[in-house]
Amino acid sequence: MKALAKTFVVVWLALVFVAAAIGAMLELGPAALDLRAPVTDHLTDTGVSHPVTAVLLNYRGYDTLLEIAVLLLALLGILAAGGAAGSAAPKAAHPMLQASARLAAPLMILVAVYLLWAGAFLPGGAFQAGAVLAAAAVLLHLVGLTRGWDSPRLRLRLGLAGGFALFLAVAAALLTQGALLGFPPAWAGELIMLIEAGLTVSLGLILAGFFLFLSRDLR
Amino acid sequence: MTSGLLFALVGVALFALGVAGVVLIAQLPRRILAFNLMGSGAFLVLVGLAQRGDLPDPVPHAMVLTGIVVAVAATALALALVRRLHALTGRLQLPEDDGD
Repeated sequence: MKALAKTFVVVWLALVFVAAAIGAMLELGPAALDLRAPVTDHLTDTGVSHPVTAVLLNYRGYDTLLEIAVLLLALLGILAAGGAAGSAAPKAAHPMLQASARLAAPLMILVAVYLLWAGAFLPGGAFQAGAVLAAAAVLLHLVGLTRGWDSPRLRLRLGLAGGFALFLAVAAALLTQGALLGFPPAWAGELIMLIEAGLTVSLGLILAGFFLFLSRDLR
Repeated sequence: MTSGLLFALVGVALFALGVAGVVLIAQLPRRILAFNLMGSGAFLVLVGLAQRGDLPDPVPHAMVLTGIVVAVAATALALALVRRLHALTGRLQLPEDDGD
């Protein structure tokens, strides 16, 4: 009875919230703070020509720096909570499926590199590229071509932390020039590409790690 | 009504569904799903309201891109903790929810 009353109250409150928010949104005027003009006005100084990439890596670069730190922290949490690992050999899928995955994986890497390169002037960038890389790794694992990951060795650790370390190094180097992540316009394009390349590799490994470290059997 | 506004309205509904799920569902994996639904709703509101005009505002779009990645990280960590709980106690619920 108590559970039923709780359900009733929560559902009722949720409906009231939805009605109020929809009413407010239908009445909503134009945005009080329009950031589109400042973003486009300084776009030539950012080193990239796509506004979202400019916001992510130049205007608000420290958001992205902290974001990769959060990802790394979550991965460390997963490794810490993993418990005793029993790395089960993956179950091999149908040979046809394995052959398709073998064909798809190099193409996915190609797509990831394209997305990384296109991020400077089209929708795309390190996060999309990293997600495609991670998807390739998960695909290979699901068809039984790669094992789930145990605790990472040195090379994998370097790959997981490398993107964050590179980003941090660039940020520290720029700090000596004046401001944290205040890119000089002449170098901004190259620096952003360098950071994004490092981020792509690390993000791909970290996102794949979320799946592959968790796919171990707990004993 | 622009399609951006429609996205925002759907986002509000998804967010409320997610909140209700987080509060009402005792099973932790489903609660994590509801938490993700909440996040997706919030992202839809941000992206939808940012493109009401003719030209979309890139700042909320970049924020959502950051938010999606952080949500993935939080989900993975939550799943790892739930797995650990299941391995230790054999249950998928928190102790205070067992009575419900």
